[in-house]
Amino acid sequence: MAFVVQRPKLNLAEKLYLPAVLGGLLLTIKHFFKGSVGKNVTMQYPEEKWDDHLPEWYRGAPTLVADEWGRERCVSCQLCEFICPPRAITITPEEIPSNDVWAKVEKRPKEFEIDMIRCIYCGLCEEVCPEQAIFLKKDYSITGYSRQEMKHNKAKLYELGGTMPGVVNKWNDKK
Amino acid sequence: MNITGFLTQPEVFLVWTSLVKTLFILFGAILPLVSLAVFAERKVSAFIQDRIGPNRVGVPLTIFGAKKDLHLWGLGQMVADPIKLLLKENFIPDSVNKFYYYIAPKLTMIPPLLVLAVIPFGSTFFGVPMVIADVNIGILYVFAISSLGVYGIVLAGWASNSKYPFLGGLRSSSQMISYELALGLSVVPIFLVTSTLNLSEIVQWQIKNGWFIFPFTWTQPDGFSGWRWWLCLSMMISFIIFLVSMFAETNRTPFDLPEAEQELVGGYHTEYSSMGFALFFLGEYAAMIAGSGVIVTMFFGGWSFPFIPDGTSTWFFGLEHSLPAWAPGAIWGFVNINVFFAKVSAFIFFFIWVRWTVPRFRYDQLMRLGWIYFFEIALANIFLVALVLAYLKK
Repeated sequence: MAFVVQRPKLNLAEKLYLPAVLGGLLLTIKHFFKGSVGKNVTMQYPEEKWDDHLPEWYRGAPTLVADEWGRERCVSCQLCEFICPPRAITITPEEIPSNDVWAKVEKRPKEFEIDMIRCIYCGLCEEVCPEQAIFLKKDYSITGYSRQEMKHNKAKLYELGGTMPGVVNKWNDKK
Repeated sequence: MNITGFLTQPEVFLVWTSLVKTLFILFGAILPLVSLAVFAERKVSAFIQDRIGPNRVGVPLTIFGAKKDLHLWGLGQMVADPIKLLLKENFIPDSVNKFYYYIAPKLTMIPPLLVLAVIPFGSTFFGVPMVIADVNIGILYVFAISSLGVYGIVLAGWASNSKYPFLGGLRSSSQMISYELALGLSVVPIFLVTSTLNLSEIVQWQIKNGWFIFPFTWTQPDGFSGWRWWLCLSMMISFIIFLVSMFAETNRTPFDLPEAEQELVGGYHTEYSSMGFALFFLGEYAAMIAGSGVIVTMFFGGWSFPFIPDGTSTWFFGLEHSLPAWAPGAIWGFVNINVFFAKVSAFIFFFIWVRWTVPRFRYDQLMRLGWIYFFEIALANIFLVALVLAYLKK
């Protein structure tokens, strides 16, 4: 069924078009004076940053965390490697030697690489991790001079992640 | 014959003073004004949209070991923009018609600069009239030359051999046939009143009788008589038509159909880079300056300002006896030049202000505006002024 849109009836002032133009000019000059005394919304990036206003759930760079006893939480199950949509994660697993304190954990990553050029900050790795070893921190400005530099290795990931005392402590001896 | 005698021969004097004036206009006024206008465009648009605009480029003191750069509100952008354009690669597509492709940017840039030749930008300076060519056909020359600017755009559109420039060129020609007529007719009342086409004489008329936008004066016995009110009404109409047509002539929003960024990528200069593009840019802003200059000269009293004497004055606040004889004239002549460029700058601001306020017209709407409304109104306006002059003016 045809639907007829009624054209609005214009009065003389509207037909002349000039009053509307003058109204527009008045509006923009108001904004101009507001802007020229510095009441604009722009955040001047390197000096002013979002850091203090980032929400709790902000998804920044993925990092690895250690637990409160300094044990790396990652057990190299490779679930994050499998779920990662852009395949940014590469894990090389390793057996924990029997003389180690955490020998009963059996497995740990020998190398853990996240290619930050590929990473899309989706947070699936954090969601899938059964050990709560991988967390998305609030770092958003990941830069480097080479592709190699943009590949975060295990040391870098732990440096970014730090320690996180947390809920998963099934490998704790005292339990 | 010594050098002073040679330089003061009438013909030689005319040649070298014209040369000096041309160089001043080109390098002392137009080029700095263009780069200032580009900066102002960015800054004003930013403020109007509640942004900040360029505010970083200034004097890079950190290179020389200082702690902080001098930002200067981003004024360094004025220098940085031209340098960037100069240093870029001049990329020429394979499929273009080389000759016309090369010639088009020059054809766009030269007409606005030529227009400036007849515009009086000051009274006199050391006895030299501050207009490069004080010709009697003044405004006809302006119309003749400034409509040549459209050839550059159309040629750029055709020579680029690409669809968007082509559409831009087509639109430009359709635009030109819609505003030219109204542009010319809208200023005929001024010539009816002043009975001259010479722009310097039009300015002189306005000094005696008040600016055309407000043609009243205290100095004449009929300064506020009835015919002046009719003249004021008619000049308002003339001014609005002329202003709107000037927007179309300089390809500024709301009539920037040939380059419509949102529709045609870059319009006629899509295929240009480096200096070719810079010349188009320069041409657009030089056209703005020339257009503002024409409007200021015709309706806003040119270089004159109430209570400011011209370059022949010997008065200087009663201090003239302690100054050399040439000083008052030189000072007021200099002030007059500055008054002119202040008015022009105000108009450039207005051009920018309108650009960020009024949305673009379609070209059929522009044609409708030009042919159905402005043409008739301008024509009726001429008869109105003719009747006022014939019957009301004593």
